[in-house]
Amino acid sequence: MKMEQSWKDQLFEAINYTGLSLVAAVMFLPFIYIVLISFATEQEVLAKSFMLVPTAFSLTGYKYIFSTPVLLHSLGVTIGITVIGTLVNLLLTVLMAYPLARKDLYGHRIVMLLIVFTMVFNAGIVPTFLIVKGLHLTNSYWSLILPTAISAFNLIIIRNFFMSLPDGLEESAKMDGCNDVGVLFRIVLPLSMPAIATFGLFYAVGHWNTFLSAILYMNDSSKWPIQVLLRQIVILSEKGLADMSEAPPPPSKIINMAVIVVSTLPILSVYPFLQKHFAKGVLVGSVKG
Amino acid sequence: MHFVEDKLSVSRAELVSGRTRIRLRIYKDRWLYLMLLPGLLYFLIFKYVPMWGLLLAFKDYQPFLGFFGSKWVGLKHFQRLFHDPVFWMLLKNTLILAGYNILFFFPAPIALALLLNEARNEKFKRFVQTVIYVPHFVSWVVVVGIAYTFFTVDGGLVNEAIAAFGGQKINFLVSADWFRTMITSEVIWKETGWGTIIFLAALAGVDPQLYEAARMDGAGRLRQLWHVTLPAIRSTIVILFILRLGTFLDTGFEQIFLMLNAMNREVGEVFDTYVYTAGITQGQFSFSTTVGLFKSLVGFLLIIGSNRLAKKFGEEGVY
Repeated sequence: MKMEQSWKDQLFEAINYTGLSLVAAVMFLPFIYIVLISFATEQEVLAKSFMLVPTAFSLTGYKYIFSTPVLLHSLGVTIGITVIGTLVNLLLTVLMAYPLARKDLYGHRIVMLLIVFTMVFNAGIVPTFLIVKGLHLTNSYWSLILPTAISAFNLIIIRNFFMSLPDGLEESAKMDGCNDVGVLFRIVLPLSMPAIATFGLFYAVGHWNTFLSAILYMNDSSKWPIQVLLRQIVILSEKGLADMSEAPPPPSKIINMAVIVVSTLPILSVYPFLQKHFAKGVLVGSVKG
Repeated sequence: MHFVEDKLSVSRAELVSGRTRIRLRIYKDRWLYLMLLPGLLYFLIFKYVPMWGLLLAFKDYQPFLGFFGSKWVGLKHFQRLFHDPVFWMLLKNTLILAGYNILFFFPAPIALALLLNEARNEKFKRFVQTVIYVPHFVSWVVVVGIAYTFFTVDGGLVNEAIAAFGGQKINFLVSADWFRTMITSEVIWKETGWGTIIFLAALAGVDPQLYEAARMDGAGRLRQLWHVTLPAIRSTIVILFILRLGTFLDTGFEQIFLMLNAMNREVGEVFDTYVYTAGITQGQFSFSTTVGLFKSLVGFLLIIGSNRLAKKFGEEGVY
């Protein structure tokens, strides 16, 4: 009886590990494949239709895409709105979350209600579009930053995080002559760095991946962030990178893969540094909330 | 008489002192209110002012007349909405995609979390977790781009493999038959790993003694999974399922917009994409606002309803 059990358990174990490895492979190998093909040589891509792993290494794709000013510019736009946008996000979210975490603040209930209401009911894209247009923000980089300046969801989780900090902090800081702004920036924020870093990453990913705002508000193609250019090149197969360079363009397969890599790698390279914080960061708020 | 007046004046005095007390509290917390101000302005300008814009659904919006100058037309756009075959197509497509989502995507993170929880090797487990979170951080443009490079007819890995094994190439990307399968698979690929976080947290809270007891009773790994682990996360599953119902109509704009083309529009156009195409690109502001308002109202009712349901199941609900 006991023997049979452990035999069954061993089988279970084997199936489980195989299954998990398969899932992980399906989710991760596409990235590896794309990176590999982006370094393939022209000759090989043209000669073979079916290729899992290229046998020779070349930088043709990358040389080509960086020789056109379009991609660099677009990458610059994305880096700019990611950095500035994330700073704006964090500043506004923290400034709002902290007062709301103070349960003795007169009127905090009504403000919370107003915030939660925007999570369940929203005006939709046409009225929002008309407001952004009315404020003359179209074709301005601010249209990619201001309309998403605060995420109600992140705000609530950060507020819950602040509420979980010990109560005595404020009072003792105030005894030492700090006002509320001082308490937030000198006492509360330094204690909240893991949470701030986590939400900074979430906001940054949002900006890096911004697509909808850009197609809504940016008519001027010279101001496109990288995601819009990426769609132009990979999905619509348009000549997004107008032939600026003298060399003839390599096969579109190599170009596509190289553009995907360039538009993904920067944001993914931040991830390992924050990975250990974020699962905890997410749960702190959501489980308690 | 005198007595009554006395009482009145006392309560008035109390009222006044109550008011000054509030004023004092507000003065004491003036820095906090100052900090609150930018955020309040944000919600006012970008969330509440647009709600006024919803009145466009009851007007014939003319850009040169502006919001206030445009004529009121009552329920004209709503009548058009329910008589328009486009509306019924949108409703059908949205409901089918939402149904696919609940049926195939919803259980995926639960299954994966259960498997992960059974992995005893901590290093392996952590490695798999790290890897499966990655797709969540990639944009929809990249996901759809990857799908294009894998599934395209000319030179896509999947079709080349089909051809290499002697099969017929399938035009996955511009076929109405494959559209829903592609959409749902992409969602599963991108979000399943991330979705495990909440279930793994719930699983971490299971009392190890329960497993001990089950093992004493002679339960193997599978039986422990069935009788101990699954019941332990049942309440999390129930609440997430109910909340999911609340956002039933949200099929997500970007993914569907990116996957749409002339060949699959018939099955792929949903409320979100139609509002964009009709409203922003074709300038039918009023009618597409009506479509959007319909969707927001139904969504609102679904959220209220599902939250009630969650509370009925003894859960806290979202608000």
